[in-house]
Amino acid sequence: MSNTALAESDLDPSLRETVESAVVRFAGDSGDGMQLTGGQFTLATAFAGNDLATFPDFPAEIRAPAGTTFGVSSFQINFGSRVIKTAGDAFDMLVAMNPAALKVELGGLKPGGIVIADTGSFGERDLRKAGYAANPLEDGSLEGYHVIALDISKLTLEALKDTGLSKQEALRCKNFWTLGFVYWLYDRERKPTADWLNAKFKARPELAAANAAAMDAGHTVAETMELPDGIHAFHVDRAEIAPGTYRTVTGSEALAWGLAAGTHLAGIKMVFASYPITPASQLLHSLSKMIDHNVVTFQAEDEIAAACAAIGASFGGSLGVTSSSGPGIALKTEAIGLAISTELPMVIVNSQRAGPSTGMPTKTEQSDLYQAVLGRNADSPLCVLAARSPSDCFEAAIEAVRIALKYMTPVFLLTDGYIGNAAEPWSVPDINDYAKIPVAFRTDPEGFHPFLRDTETLARAWAVPGTPGLEHRLGGIERDYDSGNISYDPANHQKMTDTRFAKIAGIARDIPPQGVEDGNASGKLAVVGWGSTYGPISRAVSNLRTQGLDVSHIHLRHIWPFPANLGELLRGFDRVLVPEMNHGQLVNVLRAEYLVPAEGLNKVSGQPFKIAEIEDAIRARLEN
Amino acid sequence: MNVVTPPETLTAKDFATDQEVRWCPGCGDYAILKAVQKTLADIGARPENTVFVSGIGCAARFPYYVKTYGFHTIHGRAPAFATGLKLANPDLDVWVISGDGDALSIGGNHLFHLLRRNVNVQFLLFNNEIYGLTKGQYSPTSRQGTRSPSTPWGSLDNPASATVFALGAGARFVARGVDSNQKHLPDILARAHAHIGTSFVEIFQNCKVYNDGVFETFTARDLASDRQIYVEHGKPLIFGKDGEKGLRLNPRTLSLEVVTLGENGVTEADVLVHDETNRMIATLLAHMEPPALPVALGVLYCAPGPCYDDEVTDLVRAHTPAEKPDFNRLLRSGRTWTVD
Repeated sequence: MSNTALAESDLDPSLRETVESAVVRFAGDSGDGMQLTGGQFTLATAFAGNDLATFPDFPAEIRAPAGTTFGVSSFQINFGSRVIKTAGDAFDMLVAMNPAALKVELGGLKPGGIVIADTGSFGERDLRKAGYAANPLEDGSLEGYHVIALDISKLTLEALKDTGLSKQEALRCKNFWTLGFVYWLYDRERKPTADWLNAKFKARPELAAANAAAMDAGHTVAETMELPDGIHAFHVDRAEIAPGTYRTVTGSEALAWGLAAGTHLAGIKMVFASYPITPASQLLHSLSKMIDHNVVTFQAEDEIAAACAAIGASFGGSLGVTSSSGPGIALKTEAIGLAISTELPMVIVNSQRAGPSTGMPTKTEQSDLYQAVLGRNADSPLCVLAARSPSDCFEAAIEAVRIALKYMTPVFLLTDGYIGNAAEPWSVPDINDYAKIPVAFRTDPEGFHPFLRDTETLARAWAVPGTPGLEHRLGGIERDYDSGNISYDPANHQKMTDTRFAKIAGIARDIPPQGVEDGNASGKLAVVGWGSTYGPISRAVSNLRTQGLDVSHIHLRHIWPFPANLGELLRGFDRVLVPEMNHGQLVNVLRAEYLVPAEGLNKVSGQPFKIAEIEDAIRARLEN
Repeated sequence: MNVVTPPETLTAKDFATDQEVRWCPGCGDYAILKAVQKTLADIGARPENTVFVSGIGCAARFPYYVKTYGFHTIHGRAPAFATGLKLANPDLDVWVISGDGDALSIGGNHLFHLLRRNVNVQFLLFNNEIYGLTKGQYSPTSRQGTRSPSTPWGSLDNPASATVFALGAGARFVARGVDSNQKHLPDILARAHAHIGTSFVEIFQNCKVYNDGVFETFTARDLASDRQIYVEHGKPLIFGKDGEKGLRLNPRTLSLEVVTLGENGVTEADVLVHDETNRMIATLLAHMEPPALPVALGVLYCAPGPCYDDEVTDLVRAHTPAEKPDFNRLLRSGRTWTVD
């Protein structure tokens, strides 16, 4: 739809308070549909022409006991008329569908922020389950906030009393009642959500109608009620967005499309083999639907089988791709060594999560960098890339496919639970703008042996079964450099090990030199990030540069090998600060590689960095 | 381009590589290699279209000695690798070579799922009831009480039956052979090759160094005729030096018993006729152990059914649009909006 086709607001914008950006957090029970509510608010906000970033934050339990604090599921969105780079630090509005949600989330609300609470869910039992001795809506503990307390449960039932739905069914619509209410406060259109409901409940139109009716009722109540003192309806101007076709995209969607775009550009089939694990499974789901785009998916019996099937597929002339999260990647490790040894292309996606062991499956962390770069037996180098944002997963995935095929090597692509689930608007690219990825299967038997190498890239010849005259045997046993036959010769093992290193190191010549995201190419302080810390670092650096501080932001996509100029670039700064959601991993690799006095800023709470945390750390470095 | 045109008819020798075979002298693997190379020639296998895949262990060196495509993977994972290979190219003719440790211990899970999915490959399990390459520890098929470096007082755990496991996992082709029996083994391998789906073949293989003679109880020349039965579809289950013994189903105990023809009024009509499509008969045969019952060899079970790689191919075909799909359209599926 066209921008101009969007209906104008039903309230005179002059009566609304115009804000540059706002952060809203929807919080409720796991069964309250908060992720869905957030997703619809995201869609409506994208249609309103704002820039945005989201942060779905939910427990690992599918339906944790109702009303408990550990069962709270939240969705945060930051949107505005300026460029939005993170899901926001403190929020302006908290929607609390029950006492547990209020208890868990209140600490993140700005002083003076707005609380919308469903009093219908604040009964004595609900309060007790959340650990409240008294009702916080009544005992004055919310002083300093603006509270809109409504019996949303009752209002929803009233709105739906003629629909014939059972009480239980009708109550399940209260998230859409709330959504309608918040839509009015922020001046969002309801139509995209109404359309979505009609599509979603095609088979049960009565549910589509009931949810739409609940949304309309909430909207009407907001429009007609007298808002408590100090609360206004808001207006957020359109962001200045470059012309183009846009959609919202989550990291896992962009990753699925990026991988498929890679094999599309290479003109070969992708065999995606995976085993379900949180938060990586979404990628399997997305790719499973892409069967018409030369993608075959295989849900293997375990992580090891998934990795081995991917290697088998690559031997057969497809690109084998496997995906998991840290604990599953650990299981694939031996197989990855086989792909390194047999020098076959492979992409391994790691949607990192908080660990060690099972850790916190739905919470985000960047603690698998060591695992990707170093975590294998023996000298076993491969290439490691990291995506920085949901939409960047598309570009990073194409790059991973390119390097895997060109260098006949496994490539790790690191993303995380935050990037995978978060959404942002995306200017949809044109696939014809991307360079083709050349793949040349060996067919000439003249002088062939399986470890014949390209003199420039050192990539092994890719001869696939089915090709007459090129029959050969591969395996994890060391190979003779000149014939590809089994060899235990000492000098040969040295040469092969050196060659495997040189091949991966040579990728550094084939990637762009490291640039500076923001700021000067030398100076007092460089903040070096990788992966999903991109948003908060870039906002923090740009805020402080506006205040005149000498700080630059460098963000790495290529984690191994590093871009050739990185050491020189870092040496141009007095200090280097490396914020990471781990206990210090990239920082140590940088120190080891370049002997630079890089310092870590480390956070492992399962929550993304706040902009303020990074700003404080930068200030502290510049003041000392 | 210089394409090598293979000769019209290949012999067993044409399937031998120039690599020196490195098994111990007298190893049963030599005989199996010979039988496989003969089978490849017999069935007219095309080297460029054939892939031998293995895991780890003595048997797993097999692909190096067969002049086709080959892949020596990691311990226990050959079935998973082979499944991925078939997903990339379902037209390849894939043989998986494994041992009792590789297939039933570290790789038990993968074998189970290969059989359950019925991926179209031949799976040969060389069972020598011992770990050879790691120097003689007991294996999951070792008989209770097996003394080995890791079980100096004899092994305690109950052994697994490879064929009973395969049948339980849903295998649709289960056969058994003996390494030294060059008369039957190529026939069994040819049958395995002809079957579409996972063809599971257990081959009793003597480990000269660590478990020599473990199958002598039924393979020794003087015992073989009484302790083995070579089963054939549609033929009565008769064995013994003079064909004087038979297997009869006891309907009260639902078990097989040995009868002697001509004794107590027993005639050939009382003897069970082998029906290789009958899973119950196959299961009864797989369970037989000497000395009470003979070891069943030959094709115990063959009942073709849908195989995974065919089903995937059909699914892909059903979803492949007539025209090349437009990638840009995929990226623009769902809700989009335009900023002017």
